[in-house]
Amino acid sequence: MSFSPNIVGFACQWCTYAGADLAGNLRCKYPPTIKLIRVPCSGRVEPEFVLEALARGADGVLIGGCHFGDCHYKEGNYKTSRRMIMFKKLIEDAGFDPRRFRLEWISGAEGKRFAEVAEEFTKELQELGPNPIKGGTA
Amino acid sequence: MADKIKFAFLLAGGCAGCEMALVDMAEKLVDALEHLEVVFWAPTVADVKYQDLEAMEDKSIDLAFVDGMIRNSENAHTVKVLRAKSKTLVAFGACATLGGIAAMGDMHSKEELFNEAFKDTFSTDNPEGVLPTPQYLLDGKYDLTLPAFTDRVYTVDQLVEVDYFVGGCPPHHDFVAAAVQAIVAGNLPPKGSWLTSGKAVCDVCKRNPAAKGQERLEVGEVFRTVDGRPDPDKCLLQQGYICFGPVTQGDCGASCLNVNIPCRGCGGPMPGVKDYGARCISAIASSLKDDATAQKMVDKFNNMAKLVYRYSFSSGILNQKLPPKEKSKA
Repeated sequence: MSFSPNIVGFACQWCTYAGADLAGNLRCKYPPTIKLIRVPCSGRVEPEFVLEALARGADGVLIGGCHFGDCHYKEGNYKTSRRMIMFKKLIEDAGFDPRRFRLEWISGAEGKRFAEVAEEFTKELQELGPNPIKGGTA
Repeated sequence: MADKIKFAFLLAGGCAGCEMALVDMAEKLVDALEHLEVVFWAPTVADVKYQDLEAMEDKSIDLAFVDGMIRNSENAHTVKVLRAKSKTLVAFGACATLGGIAAMGDMHSKEELFNEAFKDTFSTDNPEGVLPTPQYLLDGKYDLTLPAFTDRVYTVDQLVEVDYFVGGCPPHHDFVAAAVQAIVAGNLPPKGSWLTSGKAVCDVCKRNPAAKGQERLEVGEVFRTVDGRPDPDKCLLQQGYICFGPVTQGDCGASCLNVNIPCRGCGGPMPGVKDYGARCISAIASSLKDDATAQKMVDKFNNMAKLVYRYSFSSGILNQKLPPKEKSKA
């Protein structure tokens, strides 16, 4: 398995981003496939951002947010969750494999969980192969 | 104004509804025609042929409108020719700007579309299963050609440079009149802009709860237009009838809402929206109550992509980027 997927991760600064930081402090091992973009809240991530990342050559997109009840802005992650239920169906209906998109709740204390998710997602994408829309700009 | 503005109107792949919208201007069109000289209006109104257009000098037309999407090689050719002949090109209506209804066909393979149109439809009588072929030799000597089907539906601006965009299916005649008057007066925004008021459908909608000082409530139920009859005065989205007003340009004056029908986004995206369908999802999902409601919506509508990209699949990121084979898999 030589294919190394390119994952864009949108990480909430209050949880998943801190979780990734913790993963580093804990010396957790995970593949160098994920590029994190820090966002104020997972609710800040527009479905358009995900499409754009996929259109510009990402093989997979991960959104990391706080567990329910933990959102710094009270309900940002609830909105993300609703949006992404519909967005997943949208890309599926438009002919795009929804497995390339993932939404995970990872708190700042779950460094290990972050490493696991990165590892799992990388494996899954390796099985799926490169993104059919690879290359070019939107 | 000494000279009249040389005006052309081309119908590409559309249904000619946009031509009707222009004619619907009625007496305002008569006033505008004092300033316009129609040099080309085909294939609908004037008796000019494509060759006449090809014979014109480059940049000899001052103002050209194109309505309709690019669905075949003929559309692609005429749009390119028209671009070369005109100084200002306006993509007119939902098809020319976003892909329109026909763009939803991109979610099916060419075979599927042809079988549906020429074989399987209930009213079709085609026992030999004849399908359109771009080239056919009749009796061994007559070489007949038909325009070839393109690999997907293109908007006008994906093929040639477009100076202005006008949304709507068709554009509302009052708005067309305002746009034509602005063009005649030379009062135009920078090139590449949409000619629009910049206001959302909700902004001009009489039902808008904000206009009545009401609070916006979360939506816990989802209905399709076939389910019952919505209250004619209350916001449709608040009642659970999914409406795309929040992300759509309201140059139509919320026409559909005035007759109790939810907006489906023909007016085109609000400025700043990159992918209409994705933004639509974002806006609608935020007003739903919880995950269960979002799931209800997904279950209720058969195809989310055909719902939110009803008029805009060609302009969507996925349609531009995905190979045709992938799209028809869905």
